[in-house]
Amino acid sequence: MTPMKTHIGRRAFIRNTSLAGGGLVLGFSLFNSCKPGEAKEMAVREMPKEWFEINAYLKIGDNGLVTIMAPNPEFGQGVITAMPMIVADELDVDWEDVLVEQANFDPESYGWQFTGGSQGIRRRWEGLRMAGATAKQMLKQAAAQTWQVPVEEIEVSNGVVAHEASGKTAGFGELASLAGTLEVPEEVPLKEVKDFTIVGTSKKDVETRKIVTGKPLFGVDYQYEDALVGMVIHPPAFGLQLKSFDATSALSMPGVVDVFRIKTLEDSFTRGYFDANAFTDLVAVVGKSTWEVMNAKKAVQAEWEPISDYRFTMDRFGNQMEVTVPGGLESTDAHYAEMEKMASRSGTTARKDGNPEKAFVTAEKVLERSYTCPFLAHNCMEPMSFFAHVTGEKAHLAGPLQAPAITRPTVAARLGIPEEQIDIELTRMGGGFGRRAYGHYAVEAALISRQVSAPVKLVYTREDDMTCGIYRPSYQATYRAALDKDNNLVAFHVKAGGIPETPLFANRFPAGAVDNYLAEQWEINSNITVGAFRAPRSNFMAGVEQAFLDEVAELAGKDPIAFRLELIERAKNNPVGENNDYDPDRLAGVLKLVRDKSDWGQTPSGVHRGVAAYFCHNSYAAHVIDVVMEGNKPKVERVVCALDCGIVINPDAAANMAEGAIVDGVGNAMYGELTFRDGRTDQTNFDTYKIIRHSEAPKNIEVHFVENEIDPTGLGEPPFPPVTGALANALYKATGRRYYRQPFATDQPRIVG
Amino acid sequence: MASYSLNINGKQLEVAADPSTPLLWVLRDHLKLVGTKYGCGIAQCGACTVHLGDVATRSCMLPVSSVGNQQVTTIEGLSENGEHPVQQAWLEVDVPQCGYCQAGQIMSAAALLKSNPSPSDADIEGAMNGNICRCGTYVRIKKAIKLAAQNNA
Repeated sequence: MTPMKTHIGRRAFIRNTSLAGGGLVLGFSLFNSCKPGEAKEMAVREMPKEWFEINAYLKIGDNGLVTIMAPNPEFGQGVITAMPMIVADELDVDWEDVLVEQANFDPESYGWQFTGGSQGIRRRWEGLRMAGATAKQMLKQAAAQTWQVPVEEIEVSNGVVAHEASGKTAGFGELASLAGTLEVPEEVPLKEVKDFTIVGTSKKDVETRKIVTGKPLFGVDYQYEDALVGMVIHPPAFGLQLKSFDATSALSMPGVVDVFRIKTLEDSFTRGYFDANAFTDLVAVVGKSTWEVMNAKKAVQAEWEPISDYRFTMDRFGNQMEVTVPGGLESTDAHYAEMEKMASRSGTTARKDGNPEKAFVTAEKVLERSYTCPFLAHNCMEPMSFFAHVTGEKAHLAGPLQAPAITRPTVAARLGIPEEQIDIELTRMGGGFGRRAYGHYAVEAALISRQVSAPVKLVYTREDDMTCGIYRPSYQATYRAALDKDNNLVAFHVKAGGIPETPLFANRFPAGAVDNYLAEQWEINSNITVGAFRAPRSNFMAGVEQAFLDEVAELAGKDPIAFRLELIERAKNNPVGENNDYDPDRLAGVLKLVRDKSDWGQTPSGVHRGVAAYFCHNSYAAHVIDVVMEGNKPKVERVVCALDCGIVINPDAAANMAEGAIVDGVGNAMYGELTFRDGRTDQTNFDTYKIIRHSEAPKNIEVHFVENEIDPTGLGEPPFPPVTGALANALYKATGRRYYRQPFATDQPRIVG
Repeated sequence: MASYSLNINGKQLEVAADPSTPLLWVLRDHLKLVGTKYGCGIAQCGACTVHLGDVATRSCMLPVSSVGNQQVTTIEGLSENGEHPVQQAWLEVDVPQCGYCQAGQIMSAAALLKSNPSPSDADIEGAMNGNICRCGTYVRIKKAIKLAAQNNA
């Protein structure tokens, strides 16, 4: 056991102490803790008559049932199960006796309630363990006081508190009332990894039953008496803005309540990083039912006009900067032409080791390749939606948000009411992938509700969702590699850029493994709004870097895995530079594991195999993809995945996440594409935007985890980026052609002449 | 506005709606049966799948006026408490990630197994290709359909 100071999340624990100081025991009724009906379904036992709150994360019923709060927003990554598992393990409660409840936005109790950056488990690991461990310690104290025995002699296992010498035992329920009144211990022991009983064992997702029976879970399912339906009309193209509108005919349509203009961000407002949104001047249509509002929306006659260049101030996590947005109607063909032009010039140097210029001149062989990817839309299956009820100086919001702490200040500023007067219920999200960190739709809902003085559920149509921005940027990268006469990699050059941001990670592999190394970058400004998309920047860089290394290995006459391991070995034993981001042992570890599990080197006949490995979000992922040709169509037959994300909380759910990342990776690499013509997206719905479907998904996916005792690192994103590389490399084996332009399904050799 | 008497999940329910209103919105807005999901509105993603009789049907493009006397089954009516073999298999395999598309997936799978109790991989892909899962749970969906077929055999 490791004694730990209870400093993390201590405010959440202290809350209870102050209550105890006043001589109070806080009792929860059944209905406070669980929605009627649901609780019974979840629990194997009868519900308790009384709940005792031990700390913000958990309360114990008088019959020993424990309710554990899931603090972070859930969008399919499984934290609603995994986080309570961590608490439950340190508490030593039987998982069958645990009920889980989604916490609402309550930063005072739960700190950073953020879903993104694969940070959830990593950032909460210690705090959640502490929540369970302090509660267990308080139960032990309660037993020691009751039985008049030393607390050190008390053991807890599976929800039973026992004192061996006296033969006394008690369930949590018997001790919870007293435990809830005790001081929070200053220091508590945490378990050794080997002593975990819940962490590392597969548990079913606590909401699967509700999902498969169609219970209302999602933001768009939110029910509120007399709620109206709101929709917004945004400009049909980036580079346009609202000039005027005529709602005469819309207002006469059945069910329509009002049509008006809203301005979601004032021009003088200092925007946060996640306030990204091209369309801040909108027409809102409000009515009684979705279908009526959808129809009325089509009847609104809006006139649009071109925007001029404009500026706003952005506060990027404490750094204030002026942002200029260019006017104009942009098109994909022009984007690629501009990127090619930028790629042909020098970029801004981000890292330089040795003398790359000289090394390329004196090299035996030089390989240069360029890669591109298009914009992508997140296309969460649940289009953006949000509920708001703004009344006087208060607002009640409910819906899907990845970053409520970032969205709330903007809502507060726009409504002109204090943040504390705005409460947010966190609903399950029908997908996120980064999209729901940009909460402009919550601001829109709040403004609409205020205008009509009624509760309103804002819903986007699929077309609204796909055409309103926050996309994965379009990127370009050019790589050069130099080999000496013994086929050693002696120089490496990456120059990458994009619209509107650079994707470069200057200090990632193979930085550190090559004596002469140069990383450069550039950016092209745009009025198309972009945002985080599952593994931002890595989702391009991993694939192209790993495809390039494959080609370099081939030029060097080396096995792709052996070639990478040789470089990683160099980075470990004699690293170049000091700022290398990755741990060579862990990167090598996933490559070795995937090599062994895939029987690398023994490719069955008719199978074409590619490999890729990448580090991002503190974790390591490697894939071997097997492609078979069905006629002239490549098909992903099997994917073997190796992951090192430290301690795995819920292995089967973690495997599910990796399987999804692989399917997502294959889908986006093969088909994902959002293109522009005069500022409009060519794709507006799933008839034109291709998402991978059942028949195109890999037949078999095997996920293997590196077993270690490293504190958990990221999982939702790391398995995604390298898929593109492994697929490109397998497709090369299958077709004899390298793939440089995503999506691969339409990648054709450039027309020459 | 017109009145309709619809047979939904074994009950006769009265609604007043414009004849053009898609069944999806009648279910979600009028009857508060929100298990059936909106995903695209053009019958491309399958999130809105319900059964008309035994046939998997996209409810987002089906006007309420064309439902008539046909029996409509939604995810809420597939079974009393989630004991339908497909739902059971979904629980066993722990298929969902975000879960938004899963009601539609389950309804398509249940209709498939009704007409074809032991589908091949190709049969499954054919029947399920209209249902998009953005989280990429396809491998598990296929596994769960096979498990349901096996448990039902």
